[in-house]
Amino acid sequence: MIRLSIPVRQALSKLTLPVLIAAAFGLMLLGKADAILAERARMALADALAPLFATLAEPLATVQRATDEVHGLLELRADNARLREENENLRRWHAVALALDAENATLKANLRWIPDPAPSYTTARVVADAGGVYARAVLLSTGPNHGMTKGQIALDERGLVGRITELGTRSARVLLLTDMNSRIPVIMENSRARAMLLGTNGARPRLSFWPEGVQPVEGERIVTSAEAGAFPAGLPVGVVRYSASNVPEIETAARLDRLEVVRVFNYGLRGLVAPEVLARPEAVRPAEGRRR
Amino acid sequence: MSERLPGIRPQQTLWRRLDAASRTAFPAACTALLLLALAAPFRMPGQAQLQPAVALACVFFWSLFRPSSMSPPVVFALGLLLDLVSLQSPGVSVLVLLLVHGLAVRWRVLAGQGFLVVWLAFVLVAAGAALVAYVLSCGLMLRLLPVQSMLFQFGLAAGLYPALAWAFTLAHRGLANPEGA
Repeated sequence: MIRLSIPVRQALSKLTLPVLIAAAFGLMLLGKADAILAERARMALADALAPLFATLAEPLATVQRATDEVHGLLELRADNARLREENENLRRWHAVALALDAENATLKANLRWIPDPAPSYTTARVVADAGGVYARAVLLSTGPNHGMTKGQIALDERGLVGRITELGTRSARVLLLTDMNSRIPVIMENSRARAMLLGTNGARPRLSFWPEGVQPVEGERIVTSAEAGAFPAGLPVGVVRYSASNVPEIETAARLDRLEVVRVFNYGLRGLVAPEVLARPEAVRPAEGRRR
Repeated sequence: MSERLPGIRPQQTLWRRLDAASRTAFPAACTALLLLALAAPFRMPGQAQLQPAVALACVFFWSLFRPSSMSPPVVFALGLLLDLVSLQSPGVSVLVLLLVHGLAVRWRVLAGQGFLVVWLAFVLVAAGAALVAYVLSCGLMLRLLPVQSMLFQFGLAAGLYPALAWAFTLAHRGLANPEGA
């Protein structure tokens, strides 16, 4: 240790705090000027923590399952009655679906319809709700060589979850469709009108920019649109629910508050995503900066 | 510092040094571990807001009662960690925690007061911190963010402080006391 005289040492210790506060401002500017740097630091930390969280997730899931089991036992009777009714309803729909399926097959045969190629997908475990106070995202634990790229689409067993926005070597971050920065082109299933789904950081994203003369109907199903080539058409997103202040919001089909396993699909889309692959490297900066 | 004071004290063996070092490092290590643990998937409601609240309470308590273990560089590092795990714009938590640390160190008179006075001071500090973080986040993202999460974070910090302070006071007197090494 360097020997300093007492006044010098006192002066230095008084200076530390102001200098560090200035450094904090510098950090903010740096984060604003170079969003990629912050993203890289974050993914390095996530990479280091992902195996730890993955080992933790197993016992935590066991506890969760046990409590769910107890809840389930308590609500068994009500569930049974509800399921019986639902089953009745579904049996009718099943008949309708079979009839429509047969009709569809004959029509396609007559039209020489070329079917869409089946997309490949990777399944990954959600290891942490990496969202903060001002963001909604989840962290996926993937093995090395996972082959995911930015912009690929994450679905759970019920519907759309979000898109991959950041990639590490053994982890990936999925921006949920409820995040403030999420914008998803959608179609209302009955009216076939296009609209945008804006995340609000709340549980229910908002529907906006639908065309004049169309009104979203309570309970209407919302699916993705292939507009701009960012999503394939027809992935289930959710249903319309009007809020107390009469704003159309979406109750998401995916259970975003209890994600455990998601499938990440590669639809081979080259729409709005991954500005890095463009030939012009200077185009990367502004596009990245705007997102944060 | 203490080796310069005259007096009789036990010989400084390796284990004794390690013991003293771990007691000195306890506040920072404990805060960092709490932050990392809160990033784990517990699926608790409000877990996202819990991280800044816990960091605030930790930094305030230890800056007030043991500033030697919660020096500005340590606060800087903790703020950086919080920014990285909570998807905050980098630098915001760093600044907020440094300001809180500065205030707590300046208000050392509080350390001699009763618990209620300290709590009241912390509530004021937490309100200021939530406001600063909100304004900075809005400024950096160039848009108005919902106010609810700021209010919730403030309420959580204010309500959580007594429990954390109780545990830390025990640690301060026993487990993490460098005098006890």
